[in-house]
Amino acid sequence: MMRRTQLGRVRGLGSAKSGTGHWWAQRLTAIALIPLVIWFVVSVIVLTGAPHAAVVAWLGNPLTATLMVLLIFATFHHAQLGLQVVIEDYVHGEGTRLALIVLVKFAAILLGTGSVIAALKLCFAR
Amino acid sequence: MAAQDRPLSPHLQIYKPQLTSVLSITHRATGIALAVGTLLLVWWLWAAAMGPEAYASAQAFCRHWIGHLLLLGWTFSLFFHLCNGIRHLFWDMGRGFDLKTAYASGWTVAIASVVLTLGSWIWAYAVLGAAR
Repeated sequence: MMRRTQLGRVRGLGSAKSGTGHWWAQRLTAIALIPLVIWFVVSVIVLTGAPHAAVVAWLGNPLTATLMVLLIFATFHHAQLGLQVVIEDYVHGEGTRLALIVLVKFAAILLGTGSVIAALKLCFAR
Repeated sequence: MAAQDRPLSPHLQIYKPQLTSVLSITHRATGIALAVGTLLLVWWLWAAAMGPEAYASAQAFCRHWIGHLLLLGWTFSLFFHLCNGIRHLFWDMGRGFDLKTAYASGWTVAIASVVLTLGSWIWAYAVLGAAR
């Protein structure tokens, strides 16, 4: 028996009022991070011990800078989504839980923006 | 009956650790470690953006044993979370849930993350040796 209202069915957001948005965003960023992380690890290994000029030359390539910015965005988005779930699972005090989630989201935006600025500065350094 | 007298379900320490449960909690732990580890990424990028001296001091920290330990933990966490994350994506598609496959994929993840970690470090040291 269908107990939900027709409006509720159309909205498709369920009892949590947010639908599958969080879950889906976490999966999309996860899929994006597979190739990005492999590319990043290989790049960093190749740059092991290399001088500063080599890093500037590497990030000076527009393709590198594009992948780097995408990696930063996917990483921090995925990280804050994941940490949110962990906090929701283990922190039971409502105030503390809310405060921690806000802190994590602000920190992710701060660190992510800072990383993008650093990457872009290096990209346009030459 | 008062709330504190109610019977509780057995907690974690009652159960024998199994590969599936150990990998599950390790996925969370490595996820948290990687979130904290993004500070390394931010620091590395900022050091590079600040100039050659800042970058050289970041490199010096990486060569120190504390830096090595952090990077080793970061590398393992990354490969574990990557491999087990792919395992999760297959589950999301409804595949690999039977016990035999879940154990086979679990062992594959455990072995692959160790092999990839060691392989990366051997490669990185080879790059370092060739540069000298």
